[in-house]
Amino acid sequence: MAHAETDAQGRILAADGTPLKQSLQRALRAQKMRALLLIAPLLLFVVITFVMPIGDMLLRSVQNKAGTHYVPDLIPNVAEQIEDWDPASGELPPEEVFRAMVVDLQVAFDEKNHTQLGRRFNYESPGMDSLFRTSGRRVSGLDLETDGPFREALIDINDDWGDLEYWATIKANSGYYTNSFFLAAVDMERDSTGIAQKDPDQRIYRKLLVRTLWLSAVITFCTLLLGYPVAWLLADLPARKANLLLILVLLPFWTSLLVRTSSWKILLQQEGVINDFWVWLGFVERLSLINNQLGVVIAMTHILLPFMILPLYSVMKTIPPSYLRAAKSLGATNWTAFWRVYFPQTTAGIGAGGLLVFILAVGYFITPELVGGADGTFISNRIYFQFSAIGNWGLAAALGTIMLVVVLVLYYVYDRLVGIDNVKLG
Amino acid sequence: MADGASSDAFVEFERVQKSYDGETLVVKDLNLSMPKGEFLTMLGPSGSGKTTCLMMLAGFETATHGDIRLDGTSINNIPPHKRGIGMVFQNYALFPHMTVAENLAFPLEVRGLGKSEREEKVQRALDMVQMGAFGGRRPAQLSGGQQQRIALARALVFEPELVLMDEPLGALDKQLREHMQFEITRLAHELGITTVYVTHDQTEALTMSDRVAVFDDGRIQQLAPPDVLYERPENSFVAQFIGENNTLEGVIKEIRGETCIVQLDDGEIIDANPVNVTEPGERTKVSIRPERVEYNMDRLQEGAHTLKAEVLEFVYMGDIFRTRLRVAGNEDFVIKTRNAPDQVRLKPGQQIEIGWLPQDCRALDA
Ligand SMILES: Nc1ncnc2c1ncn2[C@@H]1O[C@H](COP(=O)(O)OP(=O)(O)OP(=O)(O)O)[C@@H](O)[C@H]1O
Ligand SMILES: [Mg+2]
Repeated sequence: MAHAETDAQGRILAADGTPLKQSLQRALRAQKMRALLLIAPLLLFVVITFVMPIGDMLLRSVQNKAGTHYVPDLIPNVAEQIEDWDPASGELPPEEVFRAMVVDLQVAFDEKNHTQLGRRFNYESPGMDSLFRTSGRRVSGLDLETDGPFREALIDINDDWGDLEYWATIKANSGYYTNSFFLAAVDMERDSTGIAQKDPDQRIYRKLLVRTLWLSAVITFCTLLLGYPVAWLLADLPARKANLLLILVLLPFWTSLLVRTSSWKILLQQEGVINDFWVWLGFVERLSLINNQLGVVIAMTHILLPFMILPLYSVMKTIPPSYLRAAKSLGATNWTAFWRVYFPQTTAGIGAGGLLVFILAVGYFITPELVGGADGTFISNRIYFQFSAIGNWGLAAALGTIMLVVVLVLYYVYDRLVGIDNVKLG
Repeated sequence: MADGASSDAFVEFERVQKSYDGETLVVKDLNLSMPKGEFLTMLGPSGSGKTTCLMMLAGFETATHGDIRLDGTSINNIPPHKRGIGMVFQNYALFPHMTVAENLAFPLEVRGLGKSEREEKVQRALDMVQMGAFGGRRPAQLSGGQQQRIALARALVFEPELVLMDEPLGALDKQLREHMQFEITRLAHELGITTVYVTHDQTEALTMSDRVAVFDDGRIQQLAPPDVLYERPENSFVAQFIGENNTLEGVIKEIRGETCIVQLDDGEIIDANPVNVTEPGERTKVSIRPERVEYNMDRLQEGAHTLKAEVLEFVYMGDIFRTRLRVAGNEDFVIKTRNAPDQVRLKPGQQIEIGWLPQDCRALDA
C-alpha cells in the first residue's frame, strides 16, 4: 500500500502539497455556499416571521417605554435630577426635581406624550394616569421664570404630586431598561422600601402559571390515555382500514377550531345535550361541565388528541408484529409482552406526542377563553388581556418570555431524562 | 406421501386446513408427523403456505380445520406463550431496547427463574453460539450474522423441545449462511432438539435436514430425506423444484413393470422409469438430472439409450462444465460434467450422441 505524503507536523498532504484537511474544506466551501443560497429565502422567512417577533418580545419585556418612546427620553431632566434622591428618606424630592418635571411635562404636553407617560406609570402605581392627564394643560401654563417654587405649584395643581410613592415610582422607572414588568409577572412590586410581594388578593400570575402548567399536564395525560389505544389500533389494522380511520382522526382539522369549541359549549352547558341525558337518566342535579377547569380539559383533550395520535402512530407503525410474537413465543403473557416489549419501544412516540401536546396546550388561547370561565383561563388569556385591553405590552412580553423560558426548561429536562434524539415526530 | 399418525410422533399435523379470508385455502389437507429429534425442513415457492404452517404450530394462527398435536396432546387451544416452542424469526425480532443479555434473560425471567440461574443460563447460551463477550451490547450494535446467533441463542436458552425457524438465514451473505447452516444443524443435533425449519433455498434444505417437506399450493408434494428427494422425485413439481432438471415431454406407449416406453413429441422413442404414470396414452414429462447424462459413449453402460443432440453453449465453471444442448426439440437441455483431466470440452455446433440409464430417466405426471 502506498503511503500518503505527510508534512512536518504529521498532517496528511493532498496531491498538490496543501494539508488534506485544508483542501477538503476548500472543496466543501463552494458546496456549502450553494446550499446556503438555496435555503436563503426560507431562512429569511424564518428570521422575519419567527426570530424577529420573539426577539422583539424579549426586548419589550425589559424596555422601559411609554408608547413608542423610552421613558428617560420623555423626562430627561427628571431622570437626571431624581438620581440623587432617596425615597427611603421619607421626604419628597428636592425642588430641582419638581422644576425638572415642569420642564419635561411642558415638552411632553406640546408633543402630546404626557398621557403615554401617565399610562406607563399607571401600570406601576394606579392613579398616575389621571395625574398626568389632568396636570398636562395646567403645567404647560406655568412660567419657568416666575411661577416657582414648583413643588408648591405642582401640588397646587394636583395634591397627588405630593405623594411620595408616586415619586418613588417615577424614580424606579426612569431608566431605559426596567425589571418592573418581570416583577409584575411574578406578582411582585417595588415600593418606596424595595421589592416586595403584592397583596395576596392581587397575586394572579403565579397562580395562573401553575394552573396553566398543571392543566396542560392533565390534558397531555388524557390525550395519551385516549390516543394510545387508537394509535395502536391504527398501526395494527390493514392499510386500507387504517387510512380510513386516520382520516377520521384528522377530520377535526378540517373544521374550524372555533366551531369545535363552540360545539363543546352546546354539548356541555347546563341545558346541554349531556346534562339533558344525565337528567333523563334520573339524576336531579345538573352537572357543571363548562366554564370551569373540567370544561377546558374536556375540550382541549379533544382538540389536541390528533397531535398525540399521529406521532404515536408513526412510531407504532415501524414496530413489526414479530416483536410481540417473539415475546409470546418466549413465554410472555399478552400483558407482559405488551409492557416489556411493545410499550418501551413506543416511548419515543409518547415523548414526541407528549411534548407536542403539552407545548401546544401551554400556549392555548381560544378554548380556555370560551369554555374556561373564571377558574379555567390560561396565562395566554391574561397575556392577551394585558396587551389588548390594558395596552401593557411590557407585561405581556414579560409573561410571554417567562412562558418561553418555562417551556425551554421543560424541554431541557425532558432532553436530560429521555433524550431528544429519541423523539420521533413522524 | 405424508405419513399418517404414529405413536412415537412428537409433532403431528392431521388433516389441517387454513384459510385467511374464507374463500381460498392457503393450506389444504396437511398431514405431517415428526419423531422427536428430527430436523425437518419445509421447502417451497413463495406463498405456498410454509410460514402459515409454522405460525399455526407456534399458535399465532389457528387452523381452520384439523388437529395439531405436540407430544400427543392437541395444542389448538393452548395460547402461544404456554406452548414452550422456541422460535427464530426471519428478521430476528431481537428486542432493540434490551441488551443481548437482557434479550436472552427475557424468556427465563417470564418463567420466574432466579437471577443467578438466569445469568448462568444466559452465559451458557451465549457461549454456545460463540458470542460470550457480547452480552452487554444492543442488538443494533451487532452485525447481521451476530444478531442471527443471538436470535438462535434466545430461542434455545429456555431449553424448548421444539424450535421453529422461519428463513433464519435469508438476510445473510452466502459464506456466512453456509457457516450458520452448519452451526444450526450441529446445535440441533447436539441438544437433541426437534426442529422445523423453513427456507426458500433448496441447497440449504438438502444439506441441513433429516427430511424435507416440499410445499406447493398448500400441500406437501413430497416428504422424504434429501437424497431420496433429489434422486427419486415423485412428481414433476418436485423434480423441477429440487436441483437442476431436464424435462422431455411425450406420451406413454407401454408400461412393463419397472420400465415404460415413451414416445417423445418429436417422434423419438426412449425407455424410462414409470413413477406416477399409470396407463398408456397418458402424457408425461420425462425427467433426467444433468449429471446423469453421459456423452462419452465409452463410459455409457450396457443397455443405455442414446439420443442425438447439438451443442448450443459451453460454460466453463471451474469444477464442472455446463453444456447446453438441443435434444428432441428442447433447447434447454443441460448436462454437467466433472472437470476431469481426460474430459472432452464440447464446442457449440458440435453434433453428439447422449445417453443415460433408464432408471435415471423418470416418467412423471405432465
Ligand atoms: N395474515 C394474512 N392474511 C391473509 N392472507 C395471508 C396472510 N398471511 C399469508 N397470507 C396468504 O397465505 C398464502 C401463504 O402465505 P405464507 O406466508 O404461508 O407463504 P410462505 O410459503 O411462507 O411464503 P414465503 O416463502 O414468501 O414466505 C399467501 O398467498 C399469502 O398471501
Ligand atoms: Mg414465509
